[in-house]
Amino acid sequence: MLKRTSDFKVIRTKSLNEENFVLDLLCPDKECNFNPGQFVNVSVEHSKTSFLRRPISVHDFRKSENILSLFVQIVGDGTRQLSLLSEGDKVSLIYPLGNQFSYSESKKPLLIGGGCGVAPLLFLARKMSETGVKPDILIGARSLKNILLLEEYSTFGKVFTITEDGTHGEKGMVTQHSLFENLKKYDKIFVCGPNAMMKAIAKVAQLENINCEVSLENTMACGIGACLCCVEDTVKGHVCVCTEGPIFNIKDLKW
Amino acid sequence: MVDLSIKIKDLHFKNPVMTASGTFGYGTEFEDFMNISDLGGIIVKGTTLHHREGNPYPRMAETASGMLNAVGLQNKGVDYFIEHIYPQIRHYQTNVIVNVSGSQVEDYVQVAEKLNDLEDIPAIELNISCPNVKEGGMAFGTSCASAQTVISEVRKAYKKTMIVKLSPNVTDIVSIAKTAEDNGADAISLINTLLGMAIDAEKRKPILSTVTGGLSGPAVKPVALRMVWQVSKAVKVPIIGLGGIMNAQDAIEFFLAGATGIQVGTANFIDPAISSKIVIGIEDYLKRHHFNSIYDIIGKLEM
Repeated sequence: MLKRTSDFKVIRTKSLNEENFVLDLLCPDKECNFNPGQFVNVSVEHSKTSFLRRPISVHDFRKSENILSLFVQIVGDGTRQLSLLSEGDKVSLIYPLGNQFSYSESKKPLLIGGGCGVAPLLFLARKMSETGVKPDILIGARSLKNILLLEEYSTFGKVFTITEDGTHGEKGMVTQHSLFENLKKYDKIFVCGPNAMMKAIAKVAQLENINCEVSLENTMACGIGACLCCVEDTVKGHVCVCTEGPIFNIKDLKW
Repeated sequence: MVDLSIKIKDLHFKNPVMTASGTFGYGTEFEDFMNISDLGGIIVKGTTLHHREGNPYPRMAETASGMLNAVGLQNKGVDYFIEHIYPQIRHYQTNVIVNVSGSQVEDYVQVAEKLNDLEDIPAIELNISCPNVKEGGMAFGTSCASAQTVISEVRKAYKKTMIVKLSPNVTDIVSIAKTAEDNGADAISLINTLLGMAIDAEKRKPILSTVTGGLSGPAVKPVALRMVWQVSKAVKVPIIGLGGIMNAQDAIEFFLAGATGIQVGTANFIDPAISSKIVIGIEDYLKRHHFNSIYDIIGKLEM
């Protein structure tokens, strides 16, 4: 679909803990469509410090209900203002932006989310399950309180967890999870999380020669390929994460 | 009926609203959101003789009421532009103007010569004010002597309308503007970004890979208005004002200060259709105040 700017109506804001919430938005019309891995650029009102929109990945999209969900981490005043939205408020989005995960060929996928990097994986898991593929989903976090929405993820796949302090699931960094002992059973890995985590996973995937896609979140302004601020250095040179990404196959990155 | 049209040298603009170089890509990125032909002109991304990868990431820092960028003129070079981009944008029913950048005089001249042959590019904007290129750019626009050399050499090579874009990072904008006029500029656009810097206190590191970058957005508007005002008193050629224009009211302020045209820049990042909305807003203002022409408000600040 064409990119557009429209007001979305807030259905609810669901707080998950002191720094994460899910924003459910009613799409303005039936034409709205999203693909897993895409993002929207969200306008922030009433913030004294936030000037630009906030790029936020699509957490879930339920076409039948026409509801778009955004999983947001409160980082600064912009995202704090978004957390204060309530039912009936309007919020302006530029959408749909970016490319998408290439998941259609994967029969045995592993989804890995670190921290709030789990955000785009719910929609990906939903779309996979619609085609009869049940992914394994590995969620890594600092501690128990950062392991969120397990029930939702469990609807579409088998969930594994690991925390740095061992308060939920296995203990350690994501790449220390026992799933990594037999990574070969997966035909593709889909990753979203902090860069250091994604780079560590990319390294293992490269070694074991497993197809791997990562979701980047380079700082951006426009989200539509005009400002050239969000570039990633790739085998093709500097490319915009907002238009050529945010999903990249690791073989195209200089990691 | 309100007449929004302006003239720069012999070039007709259906209205005084253009988009600033580096904030509007090649126009194609905005086609989903608006009709490009609604604008008076678009100034496409800074074009250099050779391909440039630009500066390393990170290139952007948000600031209070604005942003810093350090893109560093990433573009594929003038030959790529002519072969691959020009055919896609030449049909726009608006003035498609190319921003010409470089790091030495000969580069500027060669780019200008190549663009001179393009039928549907009626003008260039000579960028002697980019703060993000180490080996040149802004250096040309910060002294009268170097500005004179590059402007006069490009003037010899380029026969159509030549706009010169000035840097605000100077002690005396008026003398540079006069130099531009004396050496053949048909119009002056000002201002480019203000040199600035952002620091991450927690990491004790600069945010931009280049440490410093160019500040744009509403934060720079008062500086831009002041410079348009000062320069408009000193030169006869038309001025194209830019710097933090977010809406029609901001644009009107620039006309009152003496600008004949305006450019919308950073605002395109927040509302991709804002430039076309500003055209409508200017028309509404003129109607509301019973003016017949945009010229009725240009330089008409009441003192």
